[in-house]
Amino acid sequence: MSRRRMHLAAHFPGVNNTTVWTDPESRSQIEFSSFAHLARTAERGLFDFFFLAEGLRLREHKGRIHDLDVVGRPESITVLSALAGVTEHLGLAATVNATFNEPFELARRFATLDHVSGGRAAWNVVTSSDAFTGENFRRGGFLDRADRYTRAAEFLETARELWGSWTPDGIPRPFAHRGRHFDIAGEFTVPRSPQGNPVVIQAGDSDEGREFAASAADVVFARHSSLEEGRVFYADVKRRLAKYGRTPEDLKIMPGIGVVLGDTAAQAQEKAAEIRRQQTSPQTALRTLEQIWGVDLSSYDPDGPLPDIDPVADPALTQGRTRRGDTVAIAEKWAALAREKGLSIRQTVIEAGGRQFFIGTPDAVATELDEFVQREAADGFVLVPHLTPGGLDQFVDEVVPLLQERGAFRTAYRGTTLRSHLGLPDPVRKG
Amino acid sequence: MLHLSAAVDQPSAYDAASYLTLARLAERGGLDFVTLEDSFARPGPDALAVLARLAPATSRIGLVPTVTTTHTEPFHVQAAVATLDWVSRGRAGWRIDVSTTEGEARLFGRRQAAPSDALWQEAGEVADVAAKLWDSWEDDAEIRDAPTGRFIDRDKLHHVDFRGTSFSVKGPSIVPRPPQGHPVRVVDATDGPARRTAARYADVALVRATSAPQAAAVRNQLRSMTADFGRHPDQLRVLAGLLVDLGDGEHAAEPGHGGGGPRQTPQGPLYRGGPVDLAELIATWHGEGIVDGFHLTPVEPLRDLERLVNGTVALLQHRGLFRTFYPGSSLREHLGLARPANQYATTGARHEP
Ligand SMILES: Cc1cc2nc3c(=O)[nH]c(=O)nc-3n(CC(O)[C@H](O)[C@H](O)COP(=O)(O)O)c2cc1C
Repeated sequence: MSRRRMHLAAHFPGVNNTTVWTDPESRSQIEFSSFAHLARTAERGLFDFFFLAEGLRLREHKGRIHDLDVVGRPESITVLSALAGVTEHLGLAATVNATFNEPFELARRFATLDHVSGGRAAWNVVTSSDAFTGENFRRGGFLDRADRYTRAAEFLETARELWGSWTPDGIPRPFAHRGRHFDIAGEFTVPRSPQGNPVVIQAGDSDEGREFAASAADVVFARHSSLEEGRVFYADVKRRLAKYGRTPEDLKIMPGIGVVLGDTAAQAQEKAAEIRRQQTSPQTALRTLEQIWGVDLSSYDPDGPLPDIDPVADPALTQGRTRRGDTVAIAEKWAALAREKGLSIRQTVIEAGGRQFFIGTPDAVATELDEFVQREAADGFVLVPHLTPGGLDQFVDEVVPLLQERGAFRTAYRGTTLRSHLGLPDPVRKG
Repeated sequence: MLHLSAAVDQPSAYDAASYLTLARLAERGGLDFVTLEDSFARPGPDALAVLARLAPATSRIGLVPTVTTTHTEPFHVQAAVATLDWVSRGRAGWRIDVSTTEGEARLFGRRQAAPSDALWQEAGEVADVAAKLWDSWEDDAEIRDAPTGRFIDRDKLHHVDFRGTSFSVKGPSIVPRPPQGHPVRVVDATDGPARRTAARYADVALVRATSAPQAAAVRNQLRSMTADFGRHPDQLRVLAGLLVDLGDGEHAAEPGHGGGGPRQTPQGPLYRGGPVDLAELIATWHGEGIVDGFHLTPVEPLRDLERLVNGTVALLQHRGLFRTFYPGSSLREHLGLARPANQYATTGARHEP
């Protein structure tokens, strides 16, 4: 039986409470040496790509800058361009918002990244944003949720027109694009880059987001927290592909995950519990609860019981983070969970906020990751380590060889471009 | 102190290797910085991304991409330049330029072409807001205080609340204050409309001049305008901008080849001659206090840069007129410019690089 081989990517852990910055091994989140270490480790592990998130305004809570998590990050395309100089094969993926950029400029920056990296660029197209973020930009405003994906789709379509606009012998051909969001014309300034089209990643979970992924993306950066949920998501997104004349192999689904390793299962569980506690300090627990309850809870004891006051929906309380959905409903769910299990505030936040974790010995983790892929809950994973920059070292040294032994992961890079690592065909050249 | 810099522009080069060869050559010659031109109007890669690619493969030379301000977002521009400073550990500069043509405006479809004056006024606002955003994090904002659970001291982060004539920015930046505090701002101040912006915001002004008196006149004017803006004139380095054609092997060693000083051409003032003659011109203009240094654009990139480094620079070094090693590591240190104080600083303690 031939085994489905998984794809692996590494996320640079940044601005959220994944990162355990209090750990003595935690180093700078901004110095280039941290990025270089993580990227080189990922390349040593033969990963497909290295992934950077984006946020265009610092988060605020109760009108003040959120100060409990790592804050501050470099601009992605610039860091990835520099990383191209210290890696050879690793794909380089930048999250860049389609609402606060213009196609000509961004297509050019990605084409340049693809050129200077020899065909390793990827763009994670995100649309999450609001008027709060818009205050940093000329546009000054923002788009309605529905419009954000139509702009993103037209943005990507326009970028592909630009990327394909030079003749094979290196002559720029004039282009013109006239649509609802863009009316532009001229000549693109960069010849066709090694990948033709940089790889496109999508990371939204709404119906519009899934549809956009099915129509236009090469990779989905997903978020789900169990094998069953993963299988449902996987089947749903893959089913949508046929409508766009695409096959299931054309789109790779890669959930973001955490991995905690130990010499024994019990030791790994203990370590994972400790990491979760560190990720959710007493202060973080209270602030998270405030975000859900929509009210000031600063007088509560994080090790005490949940408040017995009613939650209110207050979207202005916390700004600059991705939607949490219906907070009042979440509050009710959390309150029920705490009652049922007798949990404190901090324990509830830890328990309810859990993301997908693979915890165990290297052997157990390798087996479980492989199972996710064989059972079609994922095509691979985006690892989100909790430590910068050493958080990937153990996985690469101890789990990757076991995956390779099982035939579940590559033993060498076969090509040089990210498309070749992902097994994606080169884009068809039009006209 | 004499300051030398060179352009690494190359027609139709998109791979990293050819730029890396030139930047390493310039670094071997101890040059202060290299520039890479950029424009949406003609073929060429994104200059900032190319120079970021070179950062880890070089160690001392300053990296100065052109980043335009007309159709770009000031918030993105400042973040990218600050990031270039992080990835190069304090070697970033930013050559500020504007996009004046209708053709460039059509590539964006957001606004029409505007007169140069208005665009340079806006470029000044972009330079201003960039400095504010670079300062929007104090140097010691990151505290990692485990007992209180705080990663940063939020009192050391600042909204900039900038309102310009064509844009506004709330801030703070997403990027912590870069190693140089402010990456070095470079403006070509040859044309009138750019001159005020240069005098007010630039650390380095480039002046394309065909003669010593012309260069001296512009430098004097820039220095007095700088003072009018409340800055010390010595905070501005004025470099003469010349295209250089150092000839082929035969003529290179011949003194006086090409004859005389720079000549005006449609591409700008062009100096033709051997490396020795160029050293003579540089030594004279600098020795007489006409300029603080030179920005040289080789006509034939590899050939002329090699001649510049192996001939002209070697000679200037031999005569004790130019450095033989980099005494510091940041571009500001090469230029003898202080690390700027933070305009929002709430404490006295400062970290020097
Ligand atoms: C795993 C994952 C990672 C994401 N990372 C980012 C990010 O770095 N920056 C960002 O602005 N949005 C990020 N998002 C949010 C979105 O990509 C998306 O635009 C947003 O969720 C709105 O779309 P939706 O309604 O389809 O979810 C992420 C989403 C997911 C699922």
